[in-house]
Amino acid sequence: MISAAEALQDFKKITPKTIPLVEPFSKGHRACQGCGEVLALRLAAKAVGMDMIAVSATGCMEIISSSYQTAWETPWIHVAFENAAAVASGVEAGRKALIRKGRIKDNGSKIVAFAGDGATADIGLQALSGALERGHDFTYICLDNEAYMNTGIQRSSSTPFGAMTTTSPPGKISKGQMTWKKNMPMIAAAHNIPYVATASPAWHVDLMNKVKKAVTIPGPAYIHIYSPCPTGWRCPPETSIETARKVVQSKVFPLFEVIDGQFILTRDIKKPIPVEEYLKTQRRFSHLGPEDIAYIQKRVDADWDRLLKLVQATNPEA
Amino acid sequence: MADEGLFPWKDLPLGCAGTEPGSSRRFNTGDWRSRRYPVTDREVCIKCGLCWIICPDMAYSPDPEAEGYYTWDSYYCKGCGICLEECPKDAISWKEEKEEDKYGPACGA
Repeated sequence: MISAAEALQDFKKITPKTIPLVEPFSKGHRACQGCGEVLALRLAAKAVGMDMIAVSATGCMEIISSSYQTAWETPWIHVAFENAAAVASGVEAGRKALIRKGRIKDNGSKIVAFAGDGATADIGLQALSGALERGHDFTYICLDNEAYMNTGIQRSSSTPFGAMTTTSPPGKISKGQMTWKKNMPMIAAAHNIPYVATASPAWHVDLMNKVKKAVTIPGPAYIHIYSPCPTGWRCPPETSIETARKVVQSKVFPLFEVIDGQFILTRDIKKPIPVEEYLKTQRRFSHLGPEDIAYIQKRVDADWDRLLKLVQATNPEA
Repeated sequence: MADEGLFPWKDLPLGCAGTEPGSSRRFNTGDWRSRRYPVTDREVCIKCGLCWIICPDMAYSPDPEAEGYYTWDSYYCKGCGICLEECPKDAISWKEEKEEDKYGPACGA
């Protein structure tokens, strides 16, 4: 199998002028007003194109795209919360076997698994880990809206520290979510897979290029997309892109790629905005006091420094 | 009322399989919008296409009649206002939408 760097040698980047016009995810879906997750899904589907076999774990994106009518223009399969990665690897292996036997023609379809943060970081983690370890040629896209939004905003292991959810309510003795967000991209990168990336819908061309790279590279790829949820985060629907921009500018969610183990920072933040700027527009953080915000700032800065050290250690020329 | 492709659950195909790709295109999500809708001022518009690419509901599409501009579709727009917020030239603004314009005259009117 060729390495990721070789596969990307004649990679044609998507530019603002060459954004694909196809919409494999069609209009009329039932997402909430201002949903950032469906925007991320739409952009990812555009980057992959019509030759896509989509596998959806249970979650918002399955519910809103498939109730009585389907919003998918491509083959699509819905599976349970825990096994999106397992089913995607089964689809890939089955397709390979059918091609080998001459039953179907190889039309270059890409297998893409879409799952939410709960289906990735909590329930589907072992299926994902197994699929990444076996090295199937598929792309796993985690649309991270930082809680179980579809069932009514319950906390997941991807919920950030201090966030209010219905199962981590703030009060006299609780500050909302007590633990730090699980670092899923790093867990995926630790499997030594060819491609891992994080993306935000506020940088749509960057997001589409990352998805295109992930499907171009042979072998498993993992993309973690930050997806604002105005309903669950208690922020106005028109601010969801703004939130997706602020989270990167405040270093809370750094944008990077890992190609063959080499860390590349795709967006260096020279002038970061304080974390408070990002937190204050969302009502799920409104109960946090100055010392909580200072703690979050300290930890975010430490995580950023750690990422910079990883970039320098694995990629000395950059 | 337009045919939205809705049917009773008894008519679902076996295994609840979708037989028509993209059938949600018939579903009217425009009636989720209340009281206001976005209007683009084409004098100010710089044809950047940002409204088209960042609309979660795909309400904007390239205008076949005027090249470079984008048309807005009231059938899908849920009225979130992301296009207003993100337009680099602030060419998009809210306009008041009366309920009777959307649904016809109210009962008893």
